[in-house]
Amino acid sequence: MGQITLERVEKRFGEVSVIPPLDLSVEDGSFVVFVGPSGCGKSTLLRLIAGLEDASAGRILIDGADATRLGPASRGLAMVFQSYALYPHMSVRNNIAFPMRMAGLPKAEQDRRIEAAARALNLTNYLDRRPGQLSGGQRQRVAIGRAIVREPKAFLFDEPLSNLDAALRVGMRLEIGELHQRLKTTMIYVTHDQVEAMTMADTIVVLNAGRIEQVGTPLELYRSPRNLFVAGFIGSPRMNLIPDGRGGTMGIRPEHLALSRASGEWGGTVGVSEHLGSDTFLRVHVPSLPQPLTVRADGEVAVSPGDAVFLTPDPARLHRFGADGLRLP
Amino acid sequence: MARAVSTQRKALNTALAWGVALLIAFPIIWTVLTSFKPEAQAVARPPIWLGFDWTLRNYADVERQRDYFDYFWNSVIIALGSTALGLLIAIPAAWSMAFVPGRRTRDLLMWMLSTKMMPGVAVLVPIYLLFIWTGLLDTRFGLVVVIMLINLPIIVWMLYTYFKEIPAEILEAARMDGASLSSEILYVLTPMAIPGIASTVLLNIILAWNESFWTIVLTTTDAAPLTKFISGFSSPQGLFYAKLSAASTMAIAPILVMGWFSQRQLVRGLTFGAVK
Repeated sequence: MGQITLERVEKRFGEVSVIPPLDLSVEDGSFVVFVGPSGCGKSTLLRLIAGLEDASAGRILIDGADATRLGPASRGLAMVFQSYALYPHMSVRNNIAFPMRMAGLPKAEQDRRIEAAARALNLTNYLDRRPGQLSGGQRQRVAIGRAIVREPKAFLFDEPLSNLDAALRVGMRLEIGELHQRLKTTMIYVTHDQVEAMTMADTIVVLNAGRIEQVGTPLELYRSPRNLFVAGFIGSPRMNLIPDGRGGTMGIRPEHLALSRASGEWGGTVGVSEHLGSDTFLRVHVPSLPQPLTVRADGEVAVSPGDAVFLTPDPARLHRFGADGLRLP
Repeated sequence: MARAVSTQRKALNTALAWGVALLIAFPIIWTVLTSFKPEAQAVARPPIWLGFDWTLRNYADVERQRDYFDYFWNSVIIALGSTALGLLIAIPAAWSMAFVPGRRTRDLLMWMLSTKMMPGVAVLVPIYLLFIWTGLLDTRFGLVVVIMLINLPIIVWMLYTYFKEIPAEILEAARMDGASLSSEILYVLTPMAIPGIASTVLLNIILAWNESFWTIVLTTTDAAPLTKFISGFSSPQGLFYAKLSAASTMAIAPILVMGWFSQRQLVRGLTFGAVK
């Protein structure tokens, strides 16, 4: 079990309110991603759940029991840190064994779980090495192994992939996804990378300045962002946001603009074209609009900077936001 | 050409370094040499460098007058005892200052250090009276406590500096892994800080061994360490430089040997965090 509920949880550092009172429910077995720009309070929120920070107000329930005043050791949660936070003076084996040693598990059971975790994470040949002798990806696996063997109620990940290079990051992303499929244990994952959020999550929680802007599945957030912040944050490249002349804003994603050489709604000139092979990203300057539009076109499209083009938005996929930044129906 | 210049330069630097080292070590070298001279040649003017009649008589005389090992063991007990007691207090103190600092932690550290600027003699009378009233005068335990208190600010500061270098996330990981506060300090913090703790221990032993104000003032015979052993040869029967030197050599020899074998650790410890 791993059902986590936050009730009016608040965090203040002195006079500064980092997290205004918020409510959130994390279902058992779900994969929830907290995403937002740096400084939005996502890590603080995770640390509140972990017990590494004390909530200034409100209640944190784990499986229905009040855990607000429990220390991190007694909450039954495991955490994987951005810096891996392995014990440098212990071998990989002892690193993984440490939580079980603290829990007083019998030695035979410890060994059994270490072997199983090492097999699952490809660490069998490294058990007697020190963390300093491992690569970044292997260290991250050890950190995950140390979390798995406890059989926690939930896993907490604090930007676990941001110290890895791009190729390794994609690989580890898949591994963590598979781990969730296999264990079916609740996972809460913090990242500033919206691609990680979109690919891994069942549920995304978008945070901004300590507030929850929207909670939903990746596709819900993509299809109907509740406000301008979510609209601009989810999706890559970013949604084009155009003032509608009545104080509100119109949004259209780069992939929902049709490109034509002959005719269309907006005529303009190509500023920059980025060819990725699969796609081409164009920046088109439209004289009647205050800022250039980003367009996602076919990878084979033959346009160069300076070319005149026409763009037509897909009317079914236009987003409209009022003067208050909230989505209009 | 470049190579020739650099070799020349290297030779010059080496000579310079040896010069400075000899200058610093001169008093000790002179003391050791004097300890092997007959009393008459020890005060000769101009001084005799090496061409004197080498003798071990001073050592024999010194040992006949006072039992060296009585003092030696007192020094060992005071140095090790004050260091152990100091660590016991300083590790938790430095832990809390490094990892759960309050608003006044910085001031507290500064204040602790500032007590080192106070001349010891200023509190001589109160401490002496306290020692009389509590019956601690001329006891090893009393000395251990006083020397520990004198060096405590330095121990706390050094440990604090080392602990600050340890990423807090690792201790948080230990907490998430179910470690209690004592397990966290015992199994994670202390092993990681071993190099720092080792150099703190070494430095503190040296400081405690050499402390010669309180050890001389607060002891007579029972708890008298080697500093008292030296001072005992300095006046009563007039000045006997050679015997005094022999006593001094015997007093500093153990700590000199220890320092020699641990110099790498000491240098590493004292410059820890300075470069990086």
